[in-house]
Amino acid sequence: MGNDKAISVKNLTKKFGSFTAVDHITFDVAKGEIFGFLGANGAGKTTAMRMLCGLSRPTEGDGHVAGCDIITQAEAIKHRIGYMSQKFSLYADLTVEENIRLFSTIYGMSSSQIREASERLFKELEMENMRNTFVKDIPVGWKQKLALATATIHKPQIVFLDEPTGGVDPVTRRKFWELIYKASSDGMTVFVTTHYLDEAEYCNRIFIMVDGKISALDSPSALKEKYHVATIDEVFRIVAQNAQRTD
Amino acid sequence: MKIRILKALLRKEVKLMKRNPLIPKIIVGMPLMVMLVLPLVANLEVKNAGVTIVDNDRSQLSRRIAADIDASDYLSVKEIACTHDEAMKSIEDGKADVILTIPSHYSRDLAQGNVDIDIEANGVNATKGMLGAQYVSQSVMGTLKQWRSENGMSVDLPETSVINLYNPTLNFRNYMIPALIVVLLIIICGFLPALNLVSEKESGTIEAMNVTPVSRLAFVLSKLIPFWVVGMIVVTVGMTVGWLVYGLTPAGNIGAIYLAAILFSLALSGLGVTIANKSATMLQSIFVMFAFIMIFQLMSGLFTPIRSMPEWAQYITYAIPPRYFIEIMRSVYLKGAGIIDLWPQYAAIAAFALFFSALAAATYSKRN
Repeated sequence: MGNDKAISVKNLTKKFGSFTAVDHITFDVAKGEIFGFLGANGAGKTTAMRMLCGLSRPTEGDGHVAGCDIITQAEAIKHRIGYMSQKFSLYADLTVEENIRLFSTIYGMSSSQIREASERLFKELEMENMRNTFVKDIPVGWKQKLALATATIHKPQIVFLDEPTGGVDPVTRRKFWELIYKASSDGMTVFVTTHYLDEAEYCNRIFIMVDGKISALDSPSALKEKYHVATIDEVFRIVAQNAQRTD
Repeated sequence: MKIRILKALLRKEVKLMKRNPLIPKIIVGMPLMVMLVLPLVANLEVKNAGVTIVDNDRSQLSRRIAADIDASDYLSVKEIACTHDEAMKSIEDGKADVILTIPSHYSRDLAQGNVDIDIEANGVNATKGMLGAQYVSQSVMGTLKQWRSENGMSVDLPETSVINLYNPTLNFRNYMIPALIVVLLIIICGFLPALNLVSEKESGTIEAMNVTPVSRLAFVLSKLIPFWVVGMIVVTVGMTVGWLVYGLTPAGNIGAIYLAAILFSLALSGLGVTIANKSATMLQSIFVMFAFIMIFQLMSGLFTPIRSMPEWAQYITYAIPPRYFIEIMRSVYLKGAGIIDLWPQYAAIAAFALFFSALAAATYSKRN
């Protein structure tokens, strides 16, 4: 595996009984890339991402994430990545600051590093006045920002975002993408799943998954050209029209 | 595993526990309620067992026997029946638990030698009937003894007497209070860790943990250690109520009780976490935990003596952790035994604590 690859997988497969959620997918993600993972509900995006993050054991295939083997070095991967799940999963009964402290301590940051990082973060997110607020009491848009900040506080090599903008209004979504760009410009590789097709345009490369398989993989402009259409929305409709799985 | 990370996790557990609207109330309120109410209610003592007397003698002695029975705290004469059939009816109506039949010419025959009198007990409410019958026989025996000595006869009667060691008054409260403390620990230190972990699964926070490099051991320990403290609080509340309300203090060292409580809490919370690791929902974990708690309560000698179980069942009780804790509690409370006297029991609980903690760590998987 070349050193310029953040993620590289081959024939990655996950079966639950007779159901194949992810079916032999193969792809690479270059370092520093914003890589969009598109697909309808149930296409297998989350399952694929969970395998890359060491939360789920692949049934078949192999690969590397941040230079570590996804089969044998799952715990080592966890030091090098950040993950923001689809479901908001910070501790609701801890304050904003307590959550940040907890996770950054687990990532092995020293007290002074934590102090420094959280000061910077509160400033950047304009959350100074919320630091002692219980997480359950802050508005949804802020929760998403906080979740992203927590997932990236230890400056991971790769950050995985699983539908980070679900249920968020367009303005907040736009702002959220600014944060994603910020992370990317800080040198992080961003791996993001979404089913908002306008967001796909923000990615360097996109990967459209249908029924657990790769249906298209290229830059947004190359895909539009290939299918002779004007938007990713139309690309998606062409690619996904034969999908069997729905919710 | 780094101590700093374990500390951060423990801090989180304690904060979440304190901020939970229910848990602090359960930890203090439940022991209070149980200790204040149950020793008064869950009582195997028989009070006011009803006695119907069929008095065929109608002598001074027979009237005296009846009066003495009625004077007892444990017995009350419900009816003096003329015939046995009439007496049977009072049992069928639920008025009486015991029938005492005094034969005709009883006091006259008694002057010549021993004469049998009949005591029959209602087997439907077995405890009340059996104990009531025993009390009646003791009361009659006492009356006869007195009567004979007054009439200048030998008082050499074939007498059954039971002397209860260690609990001379056979006060069931003394027996119940240590047992109730054990029950409280089983419930609180078994259920709470299981529910805590499953609620992390349900809210998704466990996934946020699983995707971090946190070590499995540190995470599991952070779930178990808080229950040492919870166990100590429960035991303290239990012992305090036992002392202030019922005047029962341990005859032995309190430290011996705390040590056992800590080890036992660890064993139970290890079991709870293991069950939670294998359950996907609260409901599953509650049902599985209930199955264990049923067996723990009925087979550990809490309410029924292990020695009166069939032999095969007695062997099974060795595999039940509360068995050892109950032995320790009763021995320390009533006999004043110490850690050295009870080392096999302590060793057994420690082994269970180690086993269940290891099992909890082994069954917790960050990847599925």
